Amino acid sequence: MPNRRNFLAWCAGVWGMSAGLARAQADPLAALVRDLTGGARLSAGRVSIDTPRLADNGHSVPLKVSVDNPMTAANHVRSITLLSPRNPRPLIAKFVLGPHAGRAEVSTRVRLNGSQIVLAIAELSDGSFWSGSAEVEVTESACLDAG
Amino acid sequence: MIARIQVPATAKRGEVISIRVAIQHPMETGFRFDVNGRAVPKNVINSLIVRYNDAEIFRAEMGSGVAANPSLQFFTLARDSGELVFQWVDDAGQRGEERVQLAVTGP
Repeated sequence: MPNRRNFLAWCAGVWGMSAGLARAQADPLAALVRDLTGGARLSAGRVSIDTPRLADNGHSVPLKVSVDNPMTAANHVRSITLLSPRNPRPLIAKFVLGPHAGRAEVSTRVRLNGSQIVLAIAELSDGSFWSGSAEVEVTESACLDAG
Repeated sequence: MIARIQVPATAKRGEVISIRVAIQHPMETGFRFDVNGRAVPKNVINSLIVRYNDAEIFRAEMGSGVAANPSLQFFTLARDSGELVFQWVDDAGQRGEERVQLAVTGP
């Protein structure tokens, strides 16, 4: 029998679902980040991305990622992962470093499918994860010729 | 696959040296179509491994998000004179290799 209590429960359900959906849309990288960190806490900081604020051409955007951390046997950066929330494949690249790297810094050129906030995640030798991001405005997307 | 690798010829012991790698490769995303409308299959250099006197010092696992003709710059600590070996492979299974000598001076 439909009554007010059932209706309210239904409303709460719909609200919960839509909130979940909104959250999924707001952060398309959430599942990938969870896989990467294995559920460990991801703290903001230490990682910085150096890239032009305005990129004319999304096919090739210069990007430098560095981690503010010493590179010693006891305390070093294990890996740096670059993620894009708007690319068809969000995982751009993973760089595996070690104490012998001397400096936790990697430069490359990436493809970006439109303006977005690029995320970099660093895994340290103590098992902690740190993230940094940079907003890039892309005039010409890398995926114009797709589809 | 043509590659250009820049490593200083000599370095002081304990110095952090910059290494640049550029490999000629289309890094096909798999989202592109050729003139006949056929999808061009994905083919990217998915891994690049750099060894310094047989010890791995750098590895890049790349996807289609890396631009064509991938270029990378990273750093390493100059420990002993020896050889740097760069090896990479693409989705089609094509492999490439380059070797560079490094002379380390000082105590």
